[in-house]
Amino acid sequence: MNNNEYQEFVKNYTPHENIFKNALLTFILGGIIGVLSELLLEGYSIYLNLPRKESGILVILTLIVISSILTALGVMDLLVSKFKSALLIPITGFAHSMTSASLEYRKEGLVTGIGANIFKLSGTVILYGIVSVYFFGIIRLILGW
Amino acid sequence: MTIQYNNVYLKDGYTIAGTYEADGPLREYFDDIYPKDLYFGEKTLEKAEIKMQTDSISKLLNRNKLNDKDINLLISGDLQNQIAASNYTARNFNIPFLGIYNACATLSEGISIASSYLENKNFNNIVISTSSHNMVAEKQFRNPTEYGAYKHKTTTFTATGACSILLTNKKTNIKIESSTIGKIIDKGITDVNHMGAVMAPAAADTIYRHLHNLNRDPNYYDLIVTGDLGVYGKQILIDYMKKVYKLDISKNYNDCGCMLFDIGKQPVYAGASGPVCSALVIFSYIYKEMKKKKLKKVLIVPTGALFSPTLLFQKESIPSISHAIGIEVIK
Repeated sequence: MNNNEYQEFVKNYTPHENIFKNALLTFILGGIIGVLSELLLEGYSIYLNLPRKESGILVILTLIVISSILTALGVMDLLVSKFKSALLIPITGFAHSMTSASLEYRKEGLVTGIGANIFKLSGTVILYGIVSVYFFGIIRLILGW
Repeated sequence: MTIQYNNVYLKDGYTIAGTYEADGPLREYFDDIYPKDLYFGEKTLEKAEIKMQTDSISKLLNRNKLNDKDINLLISGDLQNQIAASNYTARNFNIPFLGIYNACATLSEGISIASSYLENKNFNNIVISTSSHNMVAEKQFRNPTEYGAYKHKTTTFTATGACSILLTNKKTNIKIESSTIGKIIDKGITDVNHMGAVMAPAAADTIYRHLHNLNRDPNYYDLIVTGDLGVYGKQILIDYMKKVYKLDISKNYNDCGCMLFDIGKQPVYAGASGPVCSALVIFSYIYKEMKKKKLKKVLIVPTGALFSPTLLFQKESIPSISHAIGIEVIK
């Protein structure tokens, strides 16, 4: 059996993931997080008497704090493995990746441990986030939006 | 290449399992069960693994009333980079030391090396030890332990534990009868989440050569047991052996990765893995069954995926290896 034949042979023993079910779950739960954030946004605007933009920042901070605390308590990884991308795509996923990395490397020192590794997972998101923002900015400039 | 031995005997084996491993079906067979908190009183997880392996050697020596000077050689290996757990464990003993690495096939590599020294009567007593720690392996090979990355159904769960065994050239009831050293087999699989598929051809090649060289039938053995192929890898091996080598091993074959945990109930995906996975099953359950003479001839075939995260990202596939050791009960 050569390598190609073996790789074909193995496919018969590899269970398929249910992409449709996962996508639907993410859509619904991710949507619920979106709705809750929207309520929070309105709430902050009304009760703290803030403009919408500043209240948006508070919403993001709230989600980051909740996600980080849940990660530190060891609950977030269980929630993520259950609800998958619904929790990873919002800012909660970003906070989760940074908190978990800094927890992991805390024993190796503030600089060589946490400092060097905190962006281990989220560094990619930051780098390509900034690069794509740059290109979309150019596109917007050209189209005059 | 298959070698047969006349002077190599298994004197004792000491197994330490984590709580999670002990929640599986083999609880009563382990010598020691360590607490649920995976730090075991140490400051870091890496140090916890070193403590576990050190304890397994000290307790093995104590039980057999031996001192460091009675042991001619210590052979160890584990999954940490630079086999750190084994090196730092060996620091605690005054015994000549060989550090080895064959990932999850480390134990059988160690037995194979030790057997040649004992067979030639160069040495009298050799200790072989190995360990793995779920969280250390997660941190090194996958993601931070608290990160809830998505797990595939074919993923395996690294077992936490340590195992040390004592081989001697003085007769006991259990003999290391033969060994077949494996070749590196790489069938081009690049999926780190499907190690069973990576390692099955290596196990198949070694089992076939072992049986062929000794002119034996699979039924010669009461049990043929691979290391950590998991539920999918186990099925791949059975069908692959039928298809490629025309050998049916399904009657007396099992996989340690499928035996250590209660796969239906514990969330371990396709089963257990890690160097200590096969060690925990073989030197607790199988060893005790052999002492009771319920199993008389066993072929152990631990399997190792020798993957490097760096080379994997450089688009290389994963090489694998497997060594077979025949163990027999004598009168």
